[in-house]
Amino acid sequence: MLQILFDALSLGSLYALGALGIALIFGVMRLVNFAHGDVIAFCVFALLWPSTDAMAIVFAGQLPWYLLVPFVLLCGAGLSVLCEIVVFRRFRTGNPATMMIASFALGFVIRYFLLMLFSSRPKSINLLPELSQPIEIFGARLPLLQLITIIVTMLILLGLTLFLRRTRFGLEMRAAAENFSMARMLGVRANRVIMGAFALSGALAGAIALIFGIQTGTADIQMGAAIMLMAFIATVIGGLGSLAGAVLAGFLLGAASVIMQVMLPIDARPFRDAFVYGAVILVLLFRPQGLISARGTKERV
Amino acid sequence: MSAASPAIEPQLTNGAIVAKTPRPFVLARRTIITPILLSLLMIAIALLTMMTGSRPFNQVIIDVFLRVILVVGLYVFIGNSGVLSFGHIGFTCLGAYVAAWLTINPVMKKMAFSGLPGWLIKAQMPYWEAAIIAAIFAGLAALIFGRILMRLSGIAASIATFAMLAMINTIYSNWETVTGGTSSVVGIPIIRSIWPYLIAAIISIFIAWAHAISRSGLALRAARDEPTAAAASGIDIPRERLIAFVISGAIMGLGGALMAHSIGVVTPDTFYLGLTFITIAMLVVGGMGSLSGGVIGVVFLSALIQTLRWLEAGVSVGDIAFSIPKGLQEIALGIIMIIILALRPAGVFGNREISLTRNRGD
Repeated sequence: MLQILFDALSLGSLYALGALGIALIFGVMRLVNFAHGDVIAFCVFALLWPSTDAMAIVFAGQLPWYLLVPFVLLCGAGLSVLCEIVVFRRFRTGNPATMMIASFALGFVIRYFLLMLFSSRPKSINLLPELSQPIEIFGARLPLLQLITIIVTMLILLGLTLFLRRTRFGLEMRAAAENFSMARMLGVRANRVIMGAFALSGALAGAIALIFGIQTGTADIQMGAAIMLMAFIATVIGGLGSLAGAVLAGFLLGAASVIMQVMLPIDARPFRDAFVYGAVILVLLFRPQGLISARGTKERV
Repeated sequence: MSAASPAIEPQLTNGAIVAKTPRPFVLARRTIITPILLSLLMIAIALLTMMTGSRPFNQVIIDVFLRVILVVGLYVFIGNSGVLSFGHIGFTCLGAYVAAWLTINPVMKKMAFSGLPGWLIKAQMPYWEAAIIAAIFAGLAALIFGRILMRLSGIAASIATFAMLAMINTIYSNWETVTGGTSSVVGIPIIRSIWPYLIAAIISIFIAWAHAISRSGLALRAARDEPTAAAASGIDIPRERLIAFVISGAIMGLGGALMAHSIGVVTPDTFYLGLTFITIAMLVVGGMGSLSGGVIGVVFLSALIQTLRWLEAGVSVGDIAFSIPKGLQEIALGIIMIIILALRPAGVFGNREISLTRNRGD
């Protein structure tokens, strides 16, 4: 029972962090960022030295953890800000569909850039192996990593909340999410806020990359896509633009996946994801605006 | 295509308002030039292929026609309703598997799909009959899904179609006795002639045109541009969307069936995110609200992909052979797409159509 709870929480944490990364950017510039998954993949590969061999040559991955973590987070933030400066800045006035396709094309570019450097074969990496050891809590044997994932996610969420509520920058970002042109008129600098959102979102991608990389022990250029899809869905179910909603929906999706895995009859288990997606459609039917609808995104007539 | 013209214009005659009835088919006559020009473009491409007569090039052109079918199918829904759908490739998947179920040799079928009902295992029919049934099957599936999904709008609808695609993919990847799971289904008769694909592409262009100028298509476009006003004028938006969804689902199913015949192998993952994005990209680059844009987007991006592939394989200029490294093809494609979108956010064509007369956006 406890095992299920922890499984649900740790899977939900990944989805929630992913959803948060997408919701942050959507909030300030109405962009559904499909490149986010590829930023995650990029962060994992940033630990390796470019080579097309099957054996990964660990490069930055050998750093001690207190250097490794900031390095990956910086990589994510850097790439994300770079994407903003080079690409998304040109689309700020574009319609959402155009931006979405542009972000997809950008993700494509990043993915194939990785493919060119590393080949498409998944590589096994061995990051911080001491985290995979199981520990025992209340009679349940859990991998230490699962516990750390949950704690780290909670810390990130807490930190982000404080940042958004207590700092001037956070205030500006929330104002921009609610009504961008109004915020600009009141002296919020558009470029600064948007770049801040991209940097935060990129750093979140780095965090996911670390957790996911340690969990699976492989680096694969496709790895971002799976999380991305779920995170993307979580963002919408949670209410686009609502950060709390994105986090809530991320955890709900994680819980739904794990619970269905346990509850479904054996024959139906391979179809678990189909049931999860079916549930997503149901939720959307009853709450098309999402669980928590953000104030700034209501359609006005 | 102008939506305003066939409206009945009131005229003042002797103080009484008399409605002037428009001449029949005036809109059809004015706009038919667009599908004709597009079909001529297709035929020109086909004739060019005939003249070169090279095998690999033949396959490339077949791919172009297939993508035209798929993108036109997407246009019928996305272009007219303005709702971005990520799920249409799911219907292509359904269509492709129907083609596999109906055309593979019964002996092989018995081994590959043990879970199919007996009558379906015994059935074997020519590819075009199977393709029509595939289109109908995909259309029915679109009707069922559409009944639920069309109540949503905006980004929620896009995500719901995404969820639908993922559902179809999960089911087809895991239902081993009926679809063969993730392993490839082989033994589908391969059609190497380009003509069936050409004909199907032209048929779908004309279907899309006929839908766009129909009462339902015009109503749907009105709802795309001014949802509130359209609803207030008595347009039942979910119903019009559903009609477009079913038609486009059927076209996607047709495309899927033909796609199965062009490569002879189907797997669920052929019809997943990769194909979804390449087709949507072609539509958006060409211009989402325009049939011509969709078709020309396909031709343009296909030509680009082919050139880059060709460069990747290596070209020799004089004594020097040079080739671009692997993966650069996709990178260049992505960069070019971004540049086009940055320069023309509404796509190359926007809402306009090609025609001989000077044309206005609708």
